[in-house]
Amino acid sequence: MRDLKTDYFEDIQLFRNKVQLFWCVVLLLFLFSYPFLVKAYYLTVFNLMAVNIIVALGLNLLIGNTGQISLGHAGFVAIGAYTTVLLLKSGVPFIVALIAAAIAAGFFGLLLGIPSLKLEGPYLAIATLAFGLAVTIIIGRMDFLGGRMGFSVPKINLTWTGLNYDRSLYYVILIITIISVFVARNILKSRIGRSFQAIRDSDIAASAIGVNITRYKLYSFAISAFYAGVAGSLWALYLGFINPTLFTFILSINFLAIVVIGGLGFITGSILGAVVMTYLNLQLQNVPDIPVIGPLLQQFSEAFMMPTGITNISWVLTGLILILIVLFEPLGLYGIWLRIRIYWKRWPF
Amino acid sequence: MLAQLLITSLVFGSIYALMALAMSITYKASEIPNFAQGEMAMISTYVTFVALSSFGMNFTLAILLTVAFAFVLGILLEFAFLRRAKDPTPLSYIVITIGFQLMLYGLAGWKWGSDQRQINLPFSESKVLYQTDSFAITELNLVTILIAVIVLILIYLLIQKTKLGLAMKACQQNVNAARMNGIPSDRILAISFGISSIVGATAGVLVAPLITLDPTMMWDPLLKGFAAAVLGGMKSLYGVVIGGFLLGIVENLFGFYISIEFKSVVAFLIIVIVLYFRPSGLFDKHYVRKV
Repeated sequence: MRDLKTDYFEDIQLFRNKVQLFWCVVLLLFLFSYPFLVKAYYLTVFNLMAVNIIVALGLNLLIGNTGQISLGHAGFVAIGAYTTVLLLKSGVPFIVALIAAAIAAGFFGLLLGIPSLKLEGPYLAIATLAFGLAVTIIIGRMDFLGGRMGFSVPKINLTWTGLNYDRSLYYVILIITIISVFVARNILKSRIGRSFQAIRDSDIAASAIGVNITRYKLYSFAISAFYAGVAGSLWALYLGFINPTLFTFILSINFLAIVVIGGLGFITGSILGAVVMTYLNLQLQNVPDIPVIGPLLQQFSEAFMMPTGITNISWVLTGLILILIVLFEPLGLYGIWLRIRIYWKRWPF
Repeated sequence: MLAQLLITSLVFGSIYALMALAMSITYKASEIPNFAQGEMAMISTYVTFVALSSFGMNFTLAILLTVAFAFVLGILLEFAFLRRAKDPTPLSYIVITIGFQLMLYGLAGWKWGSDQRQINLPFSESKVLYQTDSFAITELNLVTILIAVIVLILIYLLIQKTKLGLAMKACQQNVNAARMNGIPSDRILAISFGISSIVGATAGVLVAPLITLDPTMMWDPLLKGFAAAVLGGMKSLYGVVIGGFLLGIVENLFGFYISIEFKSVVAFLIIVIVLYFRPSGLFDKHYVRKV
């Protein structure tokens, strides 16, 4: 029942108690047996969730933990995706392409970080937004990057796993996601993560106690972009094609929505946000199939709106959830979960 | 050719200047960068479109309706959402306006679909008013520039010469002191949002005949307007207008002489470079926060 940590090792240990360890093992067992339990469609759903989780982890490090804002993460995802495809096409093995993509994105993150050191608030928002847009426009105009038509992504060789392609791809993405979560957690618990949080809480106080603000802000941008690069690489791989219209401004906003809705500054928050928002968005693609309210919405949109525009409900709902989360639950879904947990722990007091 | 380019630059520059001014009015009043500005303008433009083509109103009536609608929409954003935020941070304001933007974008897409529509203003693009061998001014160009200049002058008069403008300036300088002197600062803030929404809607109606009317139409003007505002310095009203025209000119000259393909990129590149050397824009003083 102790919530306060009394020493450093308690703070850095991976699992606080046996119960947590047990549930993590259960979750992992479930995830590893998942492809044999469900239909192929749900593998795609998981892949999409995993990609969003990885981007959200990185973006949360930047927004939630360092207190910087980025509205250009689609740009980093695009860099990761295109680097992967270009390398795969020239015959490089996937693992090398993945690492190269992440490093390329991280390098651009560092590059964007340099002018962003002095900026805050709307100035930082517009600089990152500008970067994201510029990447998409430049990619769309470059012939060797496929132009507007984009590329189809070559399939990688996964026959050595002895499973069919979808399943082995699932395992590749799952393992990389698990590693990403693990690394993000360790970054947060290390010196780097604590410096990030010190900068977020007060940059002046942080520099007074000896945190090198320049260096750690750059780290934050670079790590965040690195994650986006990994995600872009995996996304390109399971999607099978890429083109510049995938990486729009609205995608960056979608990532921001995931992070904010999940819970700023918490790894569990990133995961929750990515899973819930991905599922919600996929469900809202076929509104009429939703029980009870689906047909009602269908009738409403036939009477007053454009029946073809009904998928736009997902934007309305995302926007509404974003506003409600900020107004009523600033810690997001993780905050809700935290409150439920504390309520039952303390019950009946 | 240069003269023609300058005219195009002025047309786009005046639209960017209007969007930038709209951004700046609210930012100055509350330090809230309103990302929903573009979508608010887009919805207001659809109101004009519906009034003109579905209800067959005459143009003046449609514009009056649009202005009223834009004003209410701006007040709605402030009153219903921004005012309700508990211990807000800059990020939470940004997220609220982005949420509002997504809602409006979704609603517009739901109501009008993603079809590209043509808005019929009584000024045509094909009617040439003045022509020499090097350039031509169409009626639409002239009207766009004129209306933009009139709106800019009206905003100037509003802020410098009226009691409301005085109250707005007082709230910008020191909210608590303004409140102590009996200025209802919340109401003033709401009205600022309403006015900025009207300015944005003007830009929307003016840009609609140049590009087509669809739910994504204001993305580009919004970002350019935002960029222009940042370029000029978000808190300097003169600065943002100059920034808007500057951006229009640089963009079109670059587009013609160097590369039309990367016309949009150059705007953003300039912003990043300018911000690197002057972190609060060209015409605004940069204050370094101290303990």
